[in-house]
Amino acid sequence: MQVDLGSLAFVDGGYLLVKRAIRRVAVGESISVAGEAEDLEVDLRAWCRAEGHRFEWQAAAGSARGQARILAGAAESERWAGAHRTTGEGEADEDAVAEHPPRSWGLAARGATIEAGTPDFDFQLTDKIEVWSDDAARIYQQAVAAQWDPETAIPWNASFELSDDLEDAVVQVMTYLIENETAALIVPSRFIAQLHPHFREVMQVLAVQAADEARHIEVFTRRARLKRSQLGRSTIGGQTSLKTLVEEPEFAIASFLLSVLGEGTFLSLLWFIERYAPDPVTATVTRLAAQDEARHVAFGLAHLSQHLAREPGFRPRLADAVRRRHDALRHTAGLNDEVFDALLLMAAGSWEHEALRQGSRRVLQLIQDMDEGRRKRLVRLGFPEAEAAALSALHTRNFM
Amino acid sequence: MMPLSPTNDGELILGAVAYDQKVVPIWDGFQQYFRTRGLPFDYVLFSNYERQVEAHLRGHVHVAWNSPLAWLQTERIAARLGRRAEAIVMRDSDCDLRSVILVRADGGINAVADLRGRIVAVGARDSPQATLIPLKHLADQGLVLDQDFEIRVFDVLVGKHGDHIGGERDAVRALLRGEADAACILDANHLAFAREGTIPSSSTRILTQTPGYDHCNFTVIDGVEPEKVTRFRDLLLAMSYGDAEVRPLLDLEGLKQWVPGRVTGYTQLSAAIDRFGTIDAFVSSVEAQCR
Repeated sequence: MQVDLGSLAFVDGGYLLVKRAIRRVAVGESISVAGEAEDLEVDLRAWCRAEGHRFEWQAAAGSARGQARILAGAAESERWAGAHRTTGEGEADEDAVAEHPPRSWGLAARGATIEAGTPDFDFQLTDKIEVWSDDAARIYQQAVAAQWDPETAIPWNASFELSDDLEDAVVQVMTYLIENETAALIVPSRFIAQLHPHFREVMQVLAVQAADEARHIEVFTRRARLKRSQLGRSTIGGQTSLKTLVEEPEFAIASFLLSVLGEGTFLSLLWFIERYAPDPVTATVTRLAAQDEARHVAFGLAHLSQHLAREPGFRPRLADAVRRRHDALRHTAGLNDEVFDALLLMAAGSWEHEALRQGSRRVLQLIQDMDEGRRKRLVRLGFPEAEAAALSALHTRNFM
Repeated sequence: MMPLSPTNDGELILGAVAYDQKVVPIWDGFQQYFRTRGLPFDYVLFSNYERQVEAHLRGHVHVAWNSPLAWLQTERIAARLGRRAEAIVMRDSDCDLRSVILVRADGGINAVADLRGRIVAVGARDSPQATLIPLKHLADQGLVLDQDFEIRVFDVLVGKHGDHIGGERDAVRALLRGEADAACILDANHLAFAREGTIPSSSTRILTQTPGYDHCNFTVIDGVEPEKVTRFRDLLLAMSYGDAEVRPLLDLEGLKQWVPGRVTGYTQLSAAIDRFGTIDAFVSSVEAQCR
């Protein structure tokens, strides 16, 4: 094989042509390289020495120019001899997801060819059964398409004036929502860092979920501070409940407690606030947040359903997790009075007796709706009705 | 420091010069490679080759990873002491190097003779590739140092025998700034400097290049248990670039495979140090101490 570089210097891209030609011959076979660039001999010899190719220079008679003969060395083929493709075994699909991707695949894109000997990364979540959902790609695409801009999506400049008490109630509810959304941001974020990036779509869903929560924290904060300089109260009971979520070490269980039970319950709460919101800003922020939370719940249900279909024995462990969390929170107050009272006042709309009676009924209905939603989702995960009802009753009084 | 027994506690002790921080992971990696294959191995780092050569002659290390200059120092001292030094293994990339003498493309220097009255930038005083061999090359063409031309020395890390690339880079920069009329560098660094942009395209040309010569080797001096040396040599030669475990070490050390040592590639450097008297005082001093 002959490569003529003409006046192209070896370092100016000439080496790419030489490399390409060497790749096309077998180890030990030769190519010849000619060119008019002055430094060709010197650069080509140094390059061949570094790359493990044999180099011979044949000077042209009566000229400083000449031609190189290069015998292809084995180094490049040796480097890639032990390489493998980062896809599931025995799958025709080049993008197949592996059941147990090795930690040494590291950050390589799924489907890439990876050099043997890459270092192990300390990923903890490396089993497909534990994290994967066939719906992840679809949920991620939906999430990306449904992103909204807090600046334009919310009528921040809408004109309204609430009574001091009602405004206080809204601020207290927002304070509570911010605290809960912070937990919902931290939990998936922690698991992103533990997840093997081979499960790309799951990583992307968790990342967009964290981004959703960041936006929720922003809009709830902005609503709280719209008319007030100070936020509401945060209690031991609320934080203790969320701490059990944040500290749950196992992905599937954390996802069950947070997405299926917590965010599922929150869906009812956000719809409730939207419905009885005393102002358009509160209604809009909770409506948009609820849209996002519904996706989070859908992903949790999707990957847990798939997990349980393959490993039904995991179901009792989920039930145990609910009981364990209930026991851990047995001695705490649960939802703080301030939040409960604020929800009631918001649902009442005024201090009138009839309004309060109405508000109280609405809050009780909310509690029932939350319970019903939890039971439905538990049944979807294969829990018998009675067990679903029992487990739902044990869910934290803090809602999330 | 007392000399070691032929192999202290059964370990083969290697001496190497710490010319860069990567030296530690390199020799740690080799230590693990040898130990897992049944050769007890340890290493000692020296800050300069002269200290290493002296320690080697005194028996404080069994094998030395030597620069070409350190090899000649060792060989000559050993010979004066009636002992025999051997280059047992080297890198494939140690064979057949060239040095080039660069000039500015527009510098008006078209032949070696045009360097008369000019300034030639060189690397470290003890660099075979960037100082000693190119200056000998000029001498062979009738240019006498200090009489026909001056040198400007870029002494980065003397004692490292030019292993540090900084001196050569500084020499090229001096050439490009017009502070020198020519610069002496290794061919591989010509390629590296062009790739990194230190040498802008078409800014320089190669005035001349030296004949080929060899670089580093693993040196042993007689008296070390032959089985240990053979095992060391065989394990090195068995390292395969296809082995993912050792490939990172070979990449760090800049080779694709180890090859049996040869001493035919040191004649230019040997003639250079004879001509310039570079190592005479050192050789005599160590010889006197080791007698």
